[in-house]
Amino acid sequence: MLLVLPILIPLVTAVAALLAWRWRRVQRWMSVLGATALLFVALRLLTSVWRDGIQAVQMGSWPAPFGITVVADLFSAIMVALAGVMGFAVAIYSLSSMDAERESFGYYPLLHILLMGVCGAFLTGDMFNLYVWFEVMLMASFVLLVLGGERAQMEGAIKYVTLNLMSSALFLAAVGILYGMAGTLNMADLAEKLKNVHHPGLVTTLSMLFLIAFGIKAAVFPLFFWLPASYHTPPVAVSAIFAGLLTKVGVYALIRVFTLLFVHDVGYTHRLILVVAGLTMITGVLGAVAQNEFRRILSFHIVSQIGYMIMGLGLFTPLALAGSIFYIIHHIIVKTNLFLVSGVVHRLCGTYELKKLGGLYQVYPGLAILFMIPALSLAGLPPLSGFWAKLTLVQAGLEIQQYEIVAVALAVGMLTLFSMIKIWTEAFWKPSTLNPQSSDNRRRVLSLLFPIVLLALLTVAIGLVAQPFFALAERAADQLINPEAYIRAVLAGTS
Amino acid sequence: METILAVVIGALYATGIYMMLRRSLVKLIIGLGLLSNGANLLIFTVGRLTRARAPFIPEGAETLTPPYADPLPQALILTAIVISFGVLGFAVVLFHRAYQTVGTDDLDEMKATDT
Repeated sequence: MLLVLPILIPLVTAVAALLAWRWRRVQRWMSVLGATALLFVALRLLTSVWRDGIQAVQMGSWPAPFGITVVADLFSAIMVALAGVMGFAVAIYSLSSMDAERESFGYYPLLHILLMGVCGAFLTGDMFNLYVWFEVMLMASFVLLVLGGERAQMEGAIKYVTLNLMSSALFLAAVGILYGMAGTLNMADLAEKLKNVHHPGLVTTLSMLFLIAFGIKAAVFPLFFWLPASYHTPPVAVSAIFAGLLTKVGVYALIRVFTLLFVHDVGYTHRLILVVAGLTMITGVLGAVAQNEFRRILSFHIVSQIGYMIMGLGLFTPLALAGSIFYIIHHIIVKTNLFLVSGVVHRLCGTYELKKLGGLYQVYPGLAILFMIPALSLAGLPPLSGFWAKLTLVQAGLEIQQYEIVAVALAVGMLTLFSMIKIWTEAFWKPSTLNPQSSDNRRRVLSLLFPIVLLALLTVAIGLVAQPFFALAERAADQLINPEAYIRAVLAGTS
Repeated sequence: METILAVVIGALYATGIYMMLRRSLVKLIIGLGLLSNGANLLIFTVGRLTRARAPFIPEGAETLTPPYADPLPQALILTAIVISFGVLGFAVVLFHRAYQTVGTDDLDEMKATDT
């Protein structure tokens, strides 16, 4: 039952909020309540999977390869927990940052449908079901992206919608071929059956289809162009939840299929992923260097950070995968936080343009520090969470003598620091050119700051007490690289 | 039959991608529609075509006797059709609104948010 709750709670919240369509106040508190419940359940799920191992439930009591499986290994549980944390932070942040018009056109129901799609994608154990959850998530994200109907939103949405539909079509075709080849779509069953397929070349080709389909969603090189074109257009709460969760669903799917299903030709497929990872890091960070707008810089950094997550998959050792998972944990928290800070800056100064900003440190030193924590963590400075994530990946790379990718990772870390320092000097340090308005009443700003402080504390906590988080990532990676336990948990009692 | 369908699928993909490469919003959406139909037909064909063998378990028997038409690809397609119908419906409305807001249907004019 615990396994299904992360999907059910957002659904119930969304439906309840839809029923309260006319009462915005009711919707807001339902949203916070639902997000809190989701966070609570997600943490319960994480501890329960940590204690008792992988859990699986068969829907409609059809036995495993026939029915739809919902399964949580440690990796899934970590992702669901992160989705819970992000949902909670953004739900609180939305309370005072979302405008009345968007609220009355269903912002809160959509937010929770998005969370439902994300949790569903993390928990499903069936390829076609994964496609369905992707579509649920995409549909909610489409509407969230265009809600408000500003010109920039429309232009960004066209690219976002087109490329994501394209990727869905590819994913669907790949699922069809997979079924034709193996006769099943249950992931655990597939892992067994794909070993016996007689055409390894065909399996590799199929894996490339999945790489492209998920690569578009994860925004890897050279398929990322929809991301910097669209992520800076919606309100900042929407940007933040997109930045935190959506691309990471793509990364999750990549890691899942390339550890469970397509491990027959690691020398080719994972090598390719490693090259893609390097190029993603470089192009993303160089794109960010060229930007001068707060949220555009952050958007490009999402791309470059995706490279690090994929890098661990490309190296494909237990330590590297643990590094990837640690990196995802760190990145989701930090990136969402940076977007939330950019929203506060916008609230105070009315612009995202770095050229027009300035002098924020003088007026709001507290906010400056709240920016500095995630920014330095993103760049990977000790003792913050990003340092340990990068250290693990670099160590994993050195261990198997992949010096090129390590060099790239370190250089990109440098350039990330440069970008963050650029925001710092432009927005916070240089002499003020405009007067920040402080007319906002205190309570509103407080509810904006609460999630930021929470996430910043989490970043510092992961940095200072890295061991338990690393142990979590290590065990999750161990489950990924030895999928027997996963397969047994799903297929138990059927064969 | 497989050969014919393979050619049809190929043609659907080719025209779909060709349409998407045009600059007009309307052609873009036609392209997307063709692409998703191509994918649906692909699932149908790859799931093996079996003629006149309904997947019914005969009376007195416990399991199906092969060859029989696999119903699962058809269930998948049915789901996929419903999803792509909804998504395309949304896309039509979105593109219409975009046309109204931006005032053109030329994709080359919509570069304000690019870098």
